[in-house]
Amino acid sequence: MEILQIINLKKYFGDTHAVDDVTLTIQEGEFISLVGPNGAGKTSLVNVVSAYLRPDSGKIIFRGEDVTHAPVTERVKAGIARSFQLVNLFDDLSAFDNIALAIFSREGKTLNLAKLAHLDDEVSAETDSVLGQFNLLSKRNERARDLAQGERKLLDVAIAYALKPKLLFLDEPTSGVSTRDKGQIMDTIASVVRGERITAVIVEHDMDVVFKYSDRIVVMHQGAILAQGVPDDIRNNDQVAMILLGTSGPDAFTRKD
Amino acid sequence: MQDKAPRTGPSMRLILLCVVPVLVVLMALPRFVDIYQTQLLTYGLVFAIAALGFNLLLGYTGLLSFGHSAYFGLGAYSAAFMVRYLGVGSMELFILGGIIITGLVTAVFGYICVRHTRIFFSILALALSQVLWTLAYKFFWVTGGTDGLRVPFGSLTLLGGLVDFKGGGGYQIFIIYYYYYVLLLFSVATVLMWVIVHSPFGKALQAIRDNETRAQFLGIQIRRYRWLAFLISGSFTGLAGILWVPLNGLVTPDILYWPFSGEIVFMTVLGGFRSFTGPIVGAVVFNYLKTYAVASTEYWQMLLGIVLVMLVMVLPTGIVGTVARFYGKLTRRP
Repeated sequence: MEILQIINLKKYFGDTHAVDDVTLTIQEGEFISLVGPNGAGKTSLVNVVSAYLRPDSGKIIFRGEDVTHAPVTERVKAGIARSFQLVNLFDDLSAFDNIALAIFSREGKTLNLAKLAHLDDEVSAETDSVLGQFNLLSKRNERARDLAQGERKLLDVAIAYALKPKLLFLDEPTSGVSTRDKGQIMDTIASVVRGERITAVIVEHDMDVVFKYSDRIVVMHQGAILAQGVPDDIRNNDQVAMILLGTSGPDAFTRKD
Repeated sequence: MQDKAPRTGPSMRLILLCVVPVLVVLMALPRFVDIYQTQLLTYGLVFAIAALGFNLLLGYTGLLSFGHSAYFGLGAYSAAFMVRYLGVGSMELFILGGIIITGLVTAVFGYICVRHTRIFFSILALALSQVLWTLAYKFFWVTGGTDGLRVPFGSLTLLGGLVDFKGGGGYQIFIIYYYYYVLLLFSVATVLMWVIVHSPFGKALQAIRDNETRAQFLGIQIRRYRWLAFLISGSFTGLAGILWVPLNGLVTPDILYWPFSGEIVFMTVLGGFRSFTGPIVGAVVFNYLKTYAVASTEYWQMLLGIVLVMLVMVLPTGIVGTVARFYGKLTRRP
């Protein structure tokens, strides 16, 4: 069953066609990677679908409902959540509060001003369990600004995950962290997302990561979709290799030089 | 057996350890100091309620209001109008009526202000407060103009008529009783505010302060939350205005004028707007500072100006922030 349909979506910035007539259908439970060179429009597409930007034209259908013009808060309630490429946290709140707030909001408890937040045992227990899933339990009482970059990246994803979304966009969850940490972060994210059967769309540059985790890969170029398919199809697509790597050939993606 | 994770909230034991001695000292103080000092401290506690309300916006929501004189003044004028036009003398009725009126106006002003943030919010809040000042200043046949309205303590009753001041003893008795009355309301206001900032709502405000984009992506309707924070903030400041009137005996348009908004900002920054107790400490200290500055020099504004400049340059985290930092350094040493 399709969870999201993007139909003829356009987003222009002056002469730049950031999203140029994109049509894409995402099935429930898929783990999709969105790849493409810098400026291909990956983040713009995520921004439009998550309501961070308004589309110029086109339609976004989420679980059968037209959400093209729904504001951010409505889309979040409907079940679309996202993380950010440049980490977007509540820096002066603890890691615990960052997650707890997402849960309070999801449960519609944030307008409650007569009860102490830390006495809500249900939310506290769930917060700790989310922190545990993302290996952040040892950092629960540290302020978000004091965490290491890799931990901040994970916390950013964990906040979006704590909303229990049906569709989760992850915009470069491993950018700006060392290669060593990259695998660990992706393993953590993939196990959580797959474990909960959340439909995930991940924007990623590292093709090793992309091939390893994706069910389907969507390649964007100059605002449009260039190719899509299962990892093996993409691996053997010369046009994609040319655009992403500047070289082609049967082993373009595995060759290390 | 699985260990239950420790709660992340503030330590109740530590809080009680700090609050109880302070309360005991405050309760006992009128026995040991003269009536003038008691009166000064009463003023300080009244301003503390105002600053506490103000800081819900500045410290917790990240909105700097330069117009909080409006809500203080609204509370004060509401009480004065009730004396003048309705012949009411009950403090409880002042509080009830005053908070309703302040709340209504705050709801409208807040609705306008929270459509903007940063400097635009500050200026809008300032402009709206000056509308009220102009009204109080120009409609002298209602407001008494610059002569103001008198609220004599002799006509006042506390606790639903249980305490009045028609008998002997006069002003001194009034101050003693009123001090305890204000102390009680100050305590209630402080507990209320403490609960609010530690509630899920309070956390949401802090989230909006830190990162409004991400807060939106949690499904939080930031404008509605800012408006609610504004409403609560204004109402607290309004309560302070109501309590201030009988103490001062008179309300004039000065209390609605923008320099008083500046004083509320000053108090809060002096104490430290990043801590809960900052505005309380700041308000009490500022009240002493201003009183002694006025008494000791003709150029008291200059003296306060120098203090403010020093404060921003040397102690940007305010009194409480600085003390907390030193305390932290001391306890971390083995």
